[in-house]
Amino acid sequence: MSKELLPGLALQKVDERIMTLNVGPQHPGSGHMRIIVQIDGDFIVACDPDPGYVHRGEEKMAEYRNYITNIPHLERPVIHDSCNVLYPYVLGVEEILGIEVPERAKYVRVIASELNRCIYTMYWLAIYGIFLGHSTMFMWPAGDRELLIDLMEKMTGARVTHAHFVPGGVRNDLPANFEDVCLRQVNYFEKRIKEYAAVFYDNPILIARTKDTGVLSRQDAIRLGTTGSVLRASGVDYDLRKKEPYDVYDELDVHTNVMKEGDSYARSKVPWLDMMESCNIIRQALQKMPKSGSVRVKLKPNPKGKVFDTVYKRVESGRGSLGCYIVSDAKPEPYRVKLSVGSFRNLIALPYLLKGEKLGNMPSVYWSLNYWPVEADR
Amino acid sequence: MSSDSENEQIETTLEEKPVSAKTSPAPAKEIELPKFEKGIADKIVEKFGPKVKVAFVKPDRVGINVGKEDVTEVAEFLRDVLNFDHAESVSGVDYPNDKEIEVVYHLGSYTDSTLARQILVLATRAQREENPIPGNDATKLPSLREIFYSVEFHEREVFEMLGVYFQGHPDNRRLLLPEDWADLPPLRKDFAIKGR
Repeated sequence: MSKELLPGLALQKVDERIMTLNVGPQHPGSGHMRIIVQIDGDFIVACDPDPGYVHRGEEKMAEYRNYITNIPHLERPVIHDSCNVLYPYVLGVEEILGIEVPERAKYVRVIASELNRCIYTMYWLAIYGIFLGHSTMFMWPAGDRELLIDLMEKMTGARVTHAHFVPGGVRNDLPANFEDVCLRQVNYFEKRIKEYAAVFYDNPILIARTKDTGVLSRQDAIRLGTTGSVLRASGVDYDLRKKEPYDVYDELDVHTNVMKEGDSYARSKVPWLDMMESCNIIRQALQKMPKSGSVRVKLKPNPKGKVFDTVYKRVESGRGSLGCYIVSDAKPEPYRVKLSVGSFRNLIALPYLLKGEKLGNMPSVYWSLNYWPVEADR
Repeated sequence: MSSDSENEQIETTLEEKPVSAKTSPAPAKEIELPKFEKGIADKIVEKFGPKVKVAFVKPDRVGINVGKEDVTEVAEFLRDVLNFDHAESVSGVDYPNDKEIEVVYHLGSYTDSTLARQILVLATRAQREENPIPGNDATKLPSLREIFYSVEFHEREVFEMLGVYFQGHPDNRRLLLPEDWADLPPLRKDFAIKGR
């Protein structure tokens, strides 16, 4: 290998007025992330996000393990949303192996993935609260998500990192009496999160700090290829659960939350509205789920596809569309696994939004992008 | 109806499509190409002819292979005429046996509601070097950043992970790897994980 510098790696020479500031790489919310900002007085003139401090080489690791042993490590990028991170991979492997999933397993998956979405969003919301110095908003979501974590523990045996989805269904059937407990907890959870409006979303201080900061117009949201709550907060009605329903989402009534403003406030509110929608979906799924039946198709050891094939599957995760591109060359190990994650796609909006913004607005803009450093780095 | 496969293909074009797709997935497995997706592929082939090879037509997915000298032109057509407006993902795949590295763009559309389910898989290949010098060897492709702004970070990732230099990309720096990474680009097949 050459010792020459890579193109563009040399340090930039900057104007005398302009100061370069390294924000990080510490642990600002979750996962290490560095943002290099250049400021002129109080205003940001340029911003260069520098992810990669938690790069773990998931995609390389996936090439060395077979389709089943890949499951526990591929969910690591977002442990709070582990079902959703695994979802496209599992769907892709099912297409490669040609497996049909039992009906009950599909409903269990939908329930698990909606519970995970809420668990993730609550954690994200707690950090958003503490980013803005609102400690109540840190404590409340961090406490209330325990309700749902308990449910996931009942369902899968693990509080986080469930490794519950497997090609062919889910690992275990629901425990006895789960439906009743789930319904009760979810109803209470919904009642609780509605109370957040009074303390957080209608709070004049929050509104003053986040309204009209970091405005992303509809055109730019599309052009930059953002996804998930960032996209929906800019007025684009796009949710994969509705647009490209996977598993049984086409049998459920899914409402998409869209806001037009495109500022930090809208971006922080859409995930909260999505949580209430998740509660609706869980209630519908509990009602429509077949009361008994198999939840898993047994696979042969070391399953493999028959021919060279590529699949690209995507699901709506807590941070937007999450795609998984699998290249299979008829061996037990995948030839290539690529995760296209929402955090990485939304990161491109950060330099764009921070330009011209005040330095004090950086935390609210940064975390409103629904960005999860560990997921972006993979 | 199910006895003759050719008859069925003709009939399904006349009947309503969703019925045949939903009720009988098993017999329709081999013959029936999804109509809408086939239309997209046909439009591209009609415009570019032999420059473009249709790799596959599956439900909601159309895959095309393009040579690197035509990829910009094809991408412009996809954006301006077919309304694909953003890239979901850019993946690099190393094929040492073919001595090539494939770069796969997954394009989607937010503005055109008929394309909401569709992903267009645009694949192009660059020459692979045995002893790569990232940025200074023949492993180069034209960047699509001018056409799809959203590929900016994805192409940076492909550059560091596979050593494919994107000509015309404004910011060809490392993104995830350390600045002083001096080994092979790690997603190449000849980069081995220790102990495996």
